[in-house]
Amino acid sequence: MSRRDGGGHRRPQGSGFEASAWFFMRVSGVVLLGLAVFHLFWMHFVIGVENIDFNAVAGRWEGRWGPLWRLYDLALLVFAMAHGFNGLRYVLEDYVQRPGRRLALKSIAYTLGFLLISAGAYIIFTFDSGGV
Amino acid sequence: MRVLFKVYRYQPETREDAYFDSFEFDAEPTDRVLDGLNHIKWHLDGTLTLRRSCQHGICGSDALRINGVNRLACKVLIGDVGSKIKIEPLMGFTVIKDLVVDMDRFFSHYRSVMPYFVNDEAPPDRERLQSVEARDAYDDTTKCILCAACTTSCPSAWSNPDFIGPAAIVQAHRFIFDDRDEGSEERLAALGQRDGVWRCRTVFNCTRACPKEIQITKAIGEVKKAIVADRS
Repeated sequence: MSRRDGGGHRRPQGSGFEASAWFFMRVSGVVLLGLAVFHLFWMHFVIGVENIDFNAVAGRWEGRWGPLWRLYDLALLVFAMAHGFNGLRYVLEDYVQRPGRRLALKSIAYTLGFLLISAGAYIIFTFDSGGV
Repeated sequence: MRVLFKVYRYQPETREDAYFDSFEFDAEPTDRVLDGLNHIKWHLDGTLTLRRSCQHGICGSDALRINGVNRLACKVLIGDVGSKIKIEPLMGFTVIKDLVVDMDRFFSHYRSVMPYFVNDEAPPDRERLQSVEARDAYDDTTKCILCAACTTSCPSAWSNPDFIGPAAIVQAHRFIFDDRDEGSEERLAALGQRDGVWRCRTVFNCTRACPKEIQITKAIGEVKKAIVADRS
């Protein structure tokens, strides 16, 4: 890589996507730690493992703090999926050498991630226990 | 003490496949592993081919896999390794002959980060002065001797030969964090490519392998942070 091209200052472009992905993994890792620990604390100490059932979740989502809980669960879903699937992308890029196979596996992974986030988000936004 | 050296052999002009040769002889526990290899070459089998130059841990020629661990043969005492010593060439490079590997790609990665001082301004009458604190920022990475022990211990480098590798990043770090140097932007751009620093998965093998005890993974992390800061 030449430092100067004809006296002009040309900067080779780095991969902005990889830089962002690396930064996102750090941020989402810290955010997930907080979200997951609070979730564990809530389920185990506030609700209690023996009381976790459909009604516990339905009551939480439809109660006074329902919108906030839905937002919390949505954040947990999106961060966990994006963090996890980006990790999976790293593994595929590191270990699948053939370009065709790598593209196919990454496409499957992205589709799967998108479907799972969509399905989860759909339930979070539209959930209605119907007074069960 | 009686020692048994099991040495990786590959002599393409006389035999197609690689194999192990065993050599048993007397050595002092305070002898270095390199003394053992020299003993083999000088007295037992002159065809043994290996690289070594200064023999005092400065030139970086004799990094080898010693009992499975990347180390400099001239820095390791036989007594510290044991009486059974297995010697193999560095992993991930093509073996040319016996313990000699092809390091062309390693040095082309090294050259891609512009491992030299860049400053187009005319130098002052005397030296370019630098504070003690500014010098501390890159002191650790000045110790690199380009032995390739780090790069050949890195799983990312094994699986992807295009990965620039820890040694080149260490060399770039030495100049990026030197406040007298002005080539950082180009170095960071080169390291910011897909096969630059982003292939590092923080495995820490490089840090363990470094015979100069450079905190390589930390240095790579500092470069990653500098790239993200540079972009924002």
